[in-house]
Amino acid sequence: MAKTDIYEADRDTTWCPGCGNFPLRKALAEALAGLELKPENAAVITGIGQAAKLPHYFRTNGYNGLHGRALPPAVAAKLSNPELTVIAATGDGDGYGEGGNHLIHTIRRNPDIAHFVHNNQIYGLTKGQASPTTYPGIETEVQPEGVTSEPFNPISFAVGMGASFIARSFVGDRDHLVKMMQAAIRHKGYALLDILQPCVSFNKVNTYQWYSERVYQLEDDYDNTDINAAFKKSREWGDKIPIGIIYQQKKPVFRESFPHLSDSIDVDGPDKAKVKNLIDNFS
Amino acid sequence: MDLNLVLAGEAGQGLKTLEALVGKALFRAGFNIFSNKDYMSRVRGGHNFMSIRFGDRPLQAPRQEIDILVALNDESIEKHQHKVSEDGFILYDGKFDDDRFIDIYASEMAKRINPKAKNSVYAGAVWKLLDLPIAILNDLIGEKFADDDIVYDNHQLLEVGYNAIDDEKYIDYNKSFLDGKDNQEIYINGNQAVGLGAAAAGVKFYSAYPMTPSTGILNFLAQNQKDFGIAVEQAEDEIGAINMALGASYSGVRAMTGSSGGGFSLMVEALGYAGVGEIPLVVAEVQRPGPATGLPTRTGQADLLFAINASQDEFPLIVLAPTDQEDAFYQSFRAFNLADKYQLPVIILSDQFLADSSKNIPEYKLDNLEIKRNFVDSDKVSPKSYRRYHFTEDGISPRAYPGQLADNVVLVDSHEHDENGFVTEDIELRNKMMIKRFKKLDKFIAEDRLEPEYIGPEEPDNLIVCWGSTAGPLKEALEIIQKRDENIGLLIFKDIWPLPVEKLKSLSNLAGKIISIESNFSGQLAKLIQQETTIKVDYKILKYDGRPFAAKELAERYFNEVINHG
Ligand SMILES: Cc1ncc(C[n+]2csc(CCOP(=O)(O)OP(=O)(O)O)c2C)c(N)n1
Ligand code: SF4
Repeated sequence: MAKTDIYEADRDTTWCPGCGNFPLRKALAEALAGLELKPENAAVITGIGQAAKLPHYFRTNGYNGLHGRALPPAVAAKLSNPELTVIAATGDGDGYGEGGNHLIHTIRRNPDIAHFVHNNQIYGLTKGQASPTTYPGIETEVQPEGVTSEPFNPISFAVGMGASFIARSFVGDRDHLVKMMQAAIRHKGYALLDILQPCVSFNKVNTYQWYSERVYQLEDDYDNTDINAAFKKSREWGDKIPIGIIYQQKKPVFRESFPHLSDSIDVDGPDKAKVKNLIDNFS
Repeated sequence: MDLNLVLAGEAGQGLKTLEALVGKALFRAGFNIFSNKDYMSRVRGGHNFMSIRFGDRPLQAPRQEIDILVALNDESIEKHQHKVSEDGFILYDGKFDDDRFIDIYASEMAKRINPKAKNSVYAGAVWKLLDLPIAILNDLIGEKFADDDIVYDNHQLLEVGYNAIDDEKYIDYNKSFLDGKDNQEIYINGNQAVGLGAAAAGVKFYSAYPMTPSTGILNFLAQNQKDFGIAVEQAEDEIGAINMALGASYSGVRAMTGSSGGGFSLMVEALGYAGVGEIPLVVAEVQRPGPATGLPTRTGQADLLFAINASQDEFPLIVLAPTDQEDAFYQSFRAFNLADKYQLPVIILSDQFLADSSKNIPEYKLDNLEIKRNFVDSDKVSPKSYRRYHFTEDGISPRAYPGQLADNVVLVDSHEHDENGFVTEDIELRNKMMIKRFKKLDKFIAEDRLEPEYIGPEEPDNLIVCWGSTAGPLKEALEIIQKRDENIGLLIFKDIWPLPVEKLKSLSNLAGKIISIESNFSGQLAKLIQQETTIKVDYKILKYDGRPFAAKELAERYFNEVINHG
């Protein structure tokens, strides 16, 4: 196995001690090392939030973008530079809240990217407001009477959209997380990996312990190609939370609808005879 | 000679096809053409018209008086009859008690042959009125349709229309110039010109969300994407569109997005990212009037101050305001080189008037166009010391795309950052980065910024200033104005931000007045000039009804508002 230290960015982080982002980062290094992916051949593309700081604390190509906007640049980067392994990393607020519209349409496009959602069920960076996955009843400074809206269920949503790869994992089970990350990266198409990632500062409900007591790995006989089974599994949440690949299918990948694109970065532009031909249409 | 053909009717009556056919045919016949569209924001019904001006000298603007009106419905007669000149003609399906009306029984004729090709009867009739060879129209129909039956029906109906006009109705004009004209010209609209410029510049990614009047660029590039290896994607919204373009550019290809005011409003946060992240990006902002949704299909130039100030804080950006279909191609090509050279966003500020009007212009010359990407030379940069935001003398850092340098990575960031792209809040670094980014503009000003075009005497008494597409109507108006006021000059800004000021300064010491002419409410160029130079504009001739300036109208307003009241 390749060494994980090639992915070390050698920088201080601003993550809180004990934050779930630390084990997540470690798992990512192991996953890439296991796939023998060199730092220059991968790009981590993010939005804004604690999770989205990942490109600063991890050594691959990195694109730290705008809040909610990780997916559009990730889709375009992969389309334009297919040699790059593209990983979009977002928080739950980033990916399911502000970036919700992009999520819908990225699933529709099915680009060959992996999307890791650091789901801590809270807004971390802005200090503890509700995210789309925060439980009803949870009180925050902004929701003093408690959250009233239904939580967003990313897994059911993705199954409903027919996403081609849908999985869940937990930072407290590193081996599992590494395996899921690798499967998501290997998958040809859009791979959503919802990662349970405790925020030790602001989410006092969904803690390491809370998740550890509930998560279980999907049974060996679970058929992740059966969409009805996937729907059922996607609704399971509470005392028991399944982790693993919940649904997977083969589907045409976004880039296949652009067969005219060149396989590597074309620095030169079109030859002039071609441009002249196009101009001639106007004569 | 200068004739104005107006085709009027409701949306859905085939006006656009008729305009494309007749406009192109008149161009092929050898006329100078200026055609523009006046349409409502609806798909069927409403009142739309297209005017095709043609003549023996270059034309740059619409004209009010009509010589031939093709009225496809009654409303068109109500709306335009009074503008038809005394010896003009009105082609209409029916009769009126007016000598100018000619009924060519288009519906009846078309019913017998092919009702869908009815408008060809009108085209044929127009052709005979002008006494031009029908072969030009026949050839164009042959080029347009693949289906032989359709071509056949159209040919027949063209002839029906042609034969419906008797000889004494010919319009009298000097035909001799038609033979003398050299044909190294093309006939193209502003959106197509921008799209063509982008294709020639090697754009490889274009994403947009449809919004009138910018959609033409999206259509053009989509239709040519296969030949040019471009990925054209209709994004889920404008925010997605610009963020996609940023991702594509980051990954190493030339990328562009486009929209009109409302959509551009949604893009501004990402525009700032292009600025601070130093990601080359070309944005076409095709203006239409109105905050929010405004007048979707009309024209205006009211986004100038918004475009140069778009997004929070300050960062370098370049705004180009093409003046016509010729300039739009070269400016669009140039926008990509500037974006790459200076690693910043370049906005092409067009408008509906330019986007939707077609004109004959000299064929674009490609010889001097050179694509310059400005990536680091992989052999020269030492991978271990590579820093994306390295401080340099001119503020331009070495740019690499992911994977270009072995054993090295590229980190771009939306936050304030250090030379490696790592987030920083360090005071000294913040200041140095701000200075570094703005140094790029100093270099642009020194090396690449274009001074405005000036037409007029060396020492004018009065000076008119304008920018972008208002230049066309003004050039025509200037000829009228100069007959009475010889000592007037016209200064046309094409690079608009950072505002080039040298030419203006050298001209501003004049005996008379400075007049700005703009399609907005407050005189945004006048404000910008005062802000950048302290030169005060004395008069403003403004228009904000959503319609383009006509040359005569401009000349009249100049005399009424400036000279007679000055
Ligand atoms: C357009 C915009 N709106 C709001 C913000 C402020 N903001 C930064 S991070 C964040 C929430 C992040 O939450 P989440 O995505 O769940 O990530 P976490 O910090 O929990 O990892 C918000 C609202 C922003 N940066 N940009
Ligand atoms: S606030 Fe929460 S998510 Fe953010 S670093 Fe601290 S623990 Fe992690």
